[in-house]
Amino acid sequence: MPIPDAEQLIAALTDQIRPHVTADTAMVGIHTGGVWLAKRLHAALGLSKPLGVMDVAFYRDDYGKKGLHPSPRKSEIPFDVAGAPIILVDDVLYTGRTTRAALNELFDYGRPARVDLAVLVDRGGRELPIAARFVAHTLETPIAPTDSLQLEEAADGALTLRLIHA
Amino acid sequence: MLNPQLSKDGKLAHLLTLEGLPKSILTEILDIAAPFTEVGEREVKKLPLLRGKSVFNVFFENSTRTRTTFEIAAKRLSADVINLNVSTSSTSKGETLLDTVDNLCAMGADMFVMRHASSGAPYLLAQHLRATGRDHISVVNAGDGRHAHPTQGLLDMYTIRHYKKDFTNLTVAVVGDVLHSRVARSEIAALTTLGVPEVRVIGPKTLLPTDVERMGVRVFHDMREGLKGVDVVMMLRLQNERMQGALLPSSQEYFKVWGLTPEKLALAKPDAIVMHPGPMNRGVEIDSAVADGGNAVILPQVTFGIAVRMAVMSMLAGH
Amino acid sequence: MKIQISNGRVIDPANKLDARQDVFIAEGKIVALGSAPAGFVADRVIDANGAVVAPGLVDLSARLREPGNEYKATLESEMQAAMAGGVTSLACPPDTDPALDEPGLVEMLCHRARKLNCAHVYPVGALTAGLKGERLTEMAELTEAGCVAFGQANTPMKDNLVLMRAMQYAATFGYRVWLQPLDPYMSRGVAHDGEVASRLGLTGIPVEAETVALATQLQLARSTGVKLHITRLSSAAGLDLIRRARAEGLNVTCDVSAHHLHLSDVDIGFFSPLTHLVPPLRAQRDREALRAALAGGEIDAVCSDHTPVDDDEKQTPFAEAAPGATGLELLLPLTLKWGAEMKLPLSTTLARVTADAARIMGITKGGHLGVGARADVCIFDPDAHRTITRAGLRSQGKNTPFLGYELPGVVTHTLVEGRVMLGA
Repeated sequence: MPIPDAEQLIAALTDQIRPHVTADTAMVGIHTGGVWLAKRLHAALGLSKPLGVMDVAFYRDDYGKKGLHPSPRKSEIPFDVAGAPIILVDDVLYTGRTTRAALNELFDYGRPARVDLAVLVDRGGRELPIAARFVAHTLETPIAPTDSLQLEEAADGALTLRLIHA
Repeated sequence: MLNPQLSKDGKLAHLLTLEGLPKSILTEILDIAAPFTEVGEREVKKLPLLRGKSVFNVFFENSTRTRTTFEIAAKRLSADVINLNVSTSSTSKGETLLDTVDNLCAMGADMFVMRHASSGAPYLLAQHLRATGRDHISVVNAGDGRHAHPTQGLLDMYTIRHYKKDFTNLTVAVVGDVLHSRVARSEIAALTTLGVPEVRVIGPKTLLPTDVERMGVRVFHDMREGLKGVDVVMMLRLQNERMQGALLPSSQEYFKVWGLTPEKLALAKPDAIVMHPGPMNRGVEIDSAVADGGNAVILPQVTFGIAVRMAVMSMLAGH
Repeated sequence: MKIQISNGRVIDPANKLDARQDVFIAEGKIVALGSAPAGFVADRVIDANGAVVAPGLVDLSARLREPGNEYKATLESEMQAAMAGGVTSLACPPDTDPALDEPGLVEMLCHRARKLNCAHVYPVGALTAGLKGERLTEMAELTEAGCVAFGQANTPMKDNLVLMRAMQYAATFGYRVWLQPLDPYMSRGVAHDGEVASRLGLTGIPVEAETVALATQLQLARSTGVKLHITRLSSAAGLDLIRRARAEGLNVTCDVSAHHLHLSDVDIGFFSPLTHLVPPLRAQRDREALRAALAGGEIDAVCSDHTPVDDDEKQTPFAEAAPGATGLELLLPLTLKWGAEMKLPLSTTLARVTADAARIMGITKGGHLGVGARADVCIFDPDAHRTITRAGLRSQGKNTPFLGYELPGVVTHTLVEGRVMLGA
């Protein structure tokens, strides 16, 4: 299956989101790929509120089975969540469980006005009733559950998508 | 001899002591604690990790402060917390420690946070749980006799790392009643494991354990000599009953010789930090001017303590 | 009943015998060795081929827990343990409840023991009433009731004047005094005061708790002329004091517990309450000194210091656990293991639990296989090994740090006065 070019998708995603941005719009990236992507979108869209980042390790629903994910990072939301319209950014949308965890964490900071989800790729395989409002690319055939699709950041900041076979 | 606090695959199953724990696990706990520090600043100061779990704080020896920090940590992780002051209930009725524990297991405990006046009591509990096939229940030692107080040792390491970044270029002094101190034993074990090149203990001969040098420390009896050029001063609490056992003549003389005053602290590095596990005896082991001064990091220690205990509990519960 | 023990390797240290011989027993006594006396027709022949035929073991310290502590053990259970361990004579210390400080108590104990008809029981009477270190006991009456010596068990006297008087009084009659060298104040800890106790945060018992008390006891033995036996030496420094006292002409004997020949404070491991003993397990160099001194005969004998403790009193944190270990069934295996490790001839090894112990206790009819002696015999397979398990122990006390160890020496037969008590 051809893996789309990440840089082209970022440009497309930026164009999708732009018409919906207001002065109040805030953005939160989900570690790790979502944060790289959010940094690019945040800059391209010229959002005025500082970018938020989240590690959803403490909210994951597989903790009981797999334990704590190694080396979780600090979540930092440097704006007031209460009343803000927020765009939640992740690189790849898959089961929807990460989004669920992110929503739970976000609400522990306050009650946002609305939350939209923006992703680079929808790889299919949803296990929860979750959909993204902004999607740059939807894979026609879902990837096998054993494989993983990830965003990678090069030293110069360029982003690429990589398919990893287990 | 199998280390009772590690599982077969080398993961932390209980936290009983810091002695013998690999550096990688100590560092992992400190790393995991870091993101927990931010939870206290949120609107909802809670994480769902221990949702539906029951944490039993079993204190065979009174300690409001330690029990409270464990309680806050467990509650921030959404656990149900049950506090038991066993010193005042069942053991006075003749029930044995293991009977008490079996009863609490039957009530659905997932984790025990235990304090006991006897060194090694949490080992008995951990071994009993293993022998009775209840490996899923973990034990956190909240202080046993003179032996260990691992979460205090860890929060002290977190504090040092927060202010000094690197352990491998530090000189650290532990001052006071090392003999009776579980905190000192845990601190010394952690400092030497994390690579602190010089750990000093300072105190009178009556309050230092036999062969203390074998723990990897340099012994000083003269406080002024011992404090010269140190980066970290870790004070220990002096209990009043030490005067009865012919270990010390008086708290006045103790303060004069081993109390931390601004004048003695001036011998340490200018940016040295001063730590104390609390509760402090002002005018006995520490001068108020130091306790409230710019070098003291005693209150941040308490804050970090909650994050460190959250880290330990979430590592243990997720197995 | 006439018994012939045939084909065994007979080792009798008291008579310097180590030979393949038959032993002939009649009317509870040894009647001949080598060839049968005229007209001897055995009712039973025990084939001891491949086995060692030794005198029944003499144990200088075995707590039978009667009177007063029957929940920990009873005379019946511990006698079975003695038979399983090949122990046919034992001294029991006075720390019963009440203490063995009245002739009636001693008579009752001896009477109960005789009725069971197992090992010969030799009570050690209390030196002071209730072991309190205040009033002297009726030593003459107690001796008449059956006491072979007087002591304080593990309850040291605080008042040295009382100690001196007690030794003077005992010396008047030539009675033996057995003392544990323990300073009452310095021995209030729970483990040897060294690196291990420091690390684990256990309250230490310094070596000086032994040496200070021992120096006093040796000095008073010198001035009073009492027959002094020092029980359970634990340290190299204590041993040095004994050596010096002997060099100065003092006639003093001493023993060591079998546990202290094999274990040191390192074996406390992760707070194992089974290693909580009195005196405490000391450093490795102390253990090495004790092992060498026992081999050289500077320590006269080894004993089990058998102390059955019930599970409730051991399943507690280290410091709160009742001290002591069960030992009657381990005395022979632990002694054999020590002897093998020290590369000693078997007869030297066995002397420490037979002839030498009998000499300290002052018994002449036991502890050897000479013609005319009581037919107290222990037959064991020196090459077989046995894994120590709770279920395998006959003693009511299952408390031993050697659980799970594989130890040499399996007793196949125990005879007491010509009766086959084990291996019937």
